[in-house]
Amino acid sequence: MTTIGPAQDTRVTRRSGISRGTTPARALPLVPAGGLLLVFLAGPIVWALYGSLTDRALSGARAADPQFIGLDNFARLFADPVLPLSIGITVAFVVGSAIIGQNVLGLVLAVLFRVGSRAVTGIVGVLVVTAWVLPEIVAAFIGYAFLSADGTLNAMLAGVGIAGPNWLYAFPLVAIIIANTWRGTAFSMMIYRAALDDVPLEVIESSMIDGAGAWQRLRLITLPMIRPTIFTNLMLTTLQTLSVFTLIWVMTKGGPGNLSSTLPVLAYTEAFQFGDIGYGNAIAVVMLVLGAVFSIGYVLSLRAGGSRT
Amino acid sequence: MRALPTVTAATACVALALVLGGCSADGGDSTDGDTVTVVYSKTDSFTALDTLLTQAKEQFEAENEGVTVELQPITATDDEYKTRLQLSLGSPDTAPDVFYEDTFNVRSDVEAGYLLNLDEYLAGWDEWEMFDEAAKTAGQGEDGSVYALPLGTDTRVIWYNKNVLDAAGVEVPWQPESWDDILDAAAKIKASQPDVVPFNMYAGTGTGEGTVMQSFYQLLYGTGDGTGLYDDEEGKWVVESQGFVDALTFLETLYSEGYAVSPDRALDPNVWQAVFGEMFPQDGLGGTVEGSYTPSFWEEGGAYPWPEYGDVMGVALFPTQDGQGPAGVSMSGGWTLAASAQTDVPDLAFEFMTTVLNEENSLWYAINNAQIAVRTDVAADPTYLEANPFVGPVSEAVAVTNFRPANSDYPQISVAVQQATEAVITGQQTAAEAAAAYDDAVRQIVGDEKVIAQ
Repeated sequence: MTTIGPAQDTRVTRRSGISRGTTPARALPLVPAGGLLLVFLAGPIVWALYGSLTDRALSGARAADPQFIGLDNFARLFADPVLPLSIGITVAFVVGSAIIGQNVLGLVLAVLFRVGSRAVTGIVGVLVVTAWVLPEIVAAFIGYAFLSADGTLNAMLAGVGIAGPNWLYAFPLVAIIIANTWRGTAFSMMIYRAALDDVPLEVIESSMIDGAGAWQRLRLITLPMIRPTIFTNLMLTTLQTLSVFTLIWVMTKGGPGNLSSTLPVLAYTEAFQFGDIGYGNAIAVVMLVLGAVFSIGYVLSLRAGGSRT
Repeated sequence: MRALPTVTAATACVALALVLGGCSADGGDSTDGDTVTVVYSKTDSFTALDTLLTQAKEQFEAENEGVTVELQPITATDDEYKTRLQLSLGSPDTAPDVFYEDTFNVRSDVEAGYLLNLDEYLAGWDEWEMFDEAAKTAGQGEDGSVYALPLGTDTRVIWYNKNVLDAAGVEVPWQPESWDDILDAAAKIKASQPDVVPFNMYAGTGTGEGTVMQSFYQLLYGTGDGTGLYDDEEGKWVVESQGFVDALTFLETLYSEGYAVSPDRALDPNVWQAVFGEMFPQDGLGGTVEGSYTPSFWEEGGAYPWPEYGDVMGVALFPTQDGQGPAGVSMSGGWTLAASAQTDVPDLAFEFMTTVLNEENSLWYAINNAQIAVRTDVAADPTYLEANPFVGPVSEAVAVTNFRPANSDYPQISVAVQQATEAVITGQQTAAEAAAAYDDAVRQIVGDEKVIAQ
């Protein structure tokens, strides 16, 4: 009793002493980070928000003298039939390539790697990681070369007597989902491998003694234990996928028509192809909101999970 | 983690602007007063301007000691070139002193305050009277002042392959009198040569301004009384036009009947390379609409040298819808040189432009880039008239040519037209639906008070 009491007391006093005596000094290392956040994060957001309230253009009178037009851009945007289409495509792209593609495939690969032979996992690991290491523009050209009308895929299909379609034209959304899944899976795989390594062996062993099969162990033991990792990873890949531009632009340019125009592509087209910077900014703001909705969803799921365990 | 949604937004709207602007950001520095920076377009298939400017740079530097001309070519499609140029013109730190400018951007860039008013300089340049009157207006702002000097102009005609037409039993030389004549010829070619693309016309946003200048406007300006996009007398944009629907319907027919290339190829921005590099030389295409500069692709030193083109190819005027007058339809545009309103060396910039446009250099460019000459002394020069077998016919098309309504609303309207063609050839909308969507877009862009129903 006597030994524990004073020890607790000193810990408390020391902690509060530090925080009381050296507050400005402790905040100092945060200044560069805070400054960077302000310049590169708050700055662009405020700039985009302000820009979306003007009719600024790339050329013409509205470039020389942009006017503040309030919410007109948003009124126009919400009346534009392209917006729901584009949001739908963006959500499909994120769900298809980030949530299902990268996450599920990454988890499956990570699980398989634990049971596979060393040589096989080594080779597959290198192949998967290669896609992730490539710059986006290179990955985009590879995606184009693979899926275009006279691309690698159709050459292989022709080898077995099948005439493949022009995937980029006939199935543009599927094509970019495949390409983004291919490109991003390695990240999820590595995160999940690290998480699976952290699951204590004795828990798994005791469940085996209790008679749990492989599927039951995964569903009832492993997945709940790596739950925080799953949500963190979902959030990271979602937000990353939401901002994919180069890959889509190189592969389909958002077309045919608007059939693969995600929000970043639509914003770019409006701002720089049509020269309507203000309207492009309004789309960027919608994208910001969509990203926030996904993030809040994940954070809430994470909290809910955390309080239960 | 919360940082990421903002990174998303920043990437799309801010970073892109910075990156694109930054591409030419290192170029605008001319604070020492004796450097003239020149921004222009140069690609693998378009090097004539680069050669011209390099020649002019040498001449100019020899005449003006201590002055440096810094050439800054941009490799990009016309659309991307325009975007990058406009982004750099927005700030004095990045604006080049002299640049290559499409006539159709002149008015809107003048309104944006990007271009230097040249009236004062032209008053002291005696060679200006050598330029023909129509060409002089190409670089005018809406205030009537001149802001850009024309490098040349062009017309659009039908280029057809005589071998393909012969084999299909179409009489050569060919001059279709109406749209139906084109469809008839296409049907004959398809029946006799199944592997040949009978008659291609560009469509969709992939080919950008090419879609409208070398395809859609030939159709549109040949309908009704030829009013086209814009009613000059009223100063209003034309909507609810039957001609617009008919023109889209014609494209729809070409593509759905398999007379043109497949829609997915049409949407490829590089489809023209296949047309002029492979299809015409290999007798794989009956005809297409393209500019008077086409021989420059096939000349020695061009993108796709083809010595026999003068014998194999023929030209015809694009017909009006039902053969009504005038006898045909053509479109003209062209490129200019302009100086930045922000330049700190306006005198040197203008002098450099006059070096580029002197008689010797203009003649070289007219011949080597297959331009229709805008200087009367060049147009009368025998070497120009003999430059290629088609100088005569394509110059005659000037008589039936139209110019785009190149005011500041035009670039956006052009994109709306391209989108309408794309919706039709991909089957996403019928001609009537696409035309209605175009009408909405025009009203959105210019406002209800600036449209007129036809």
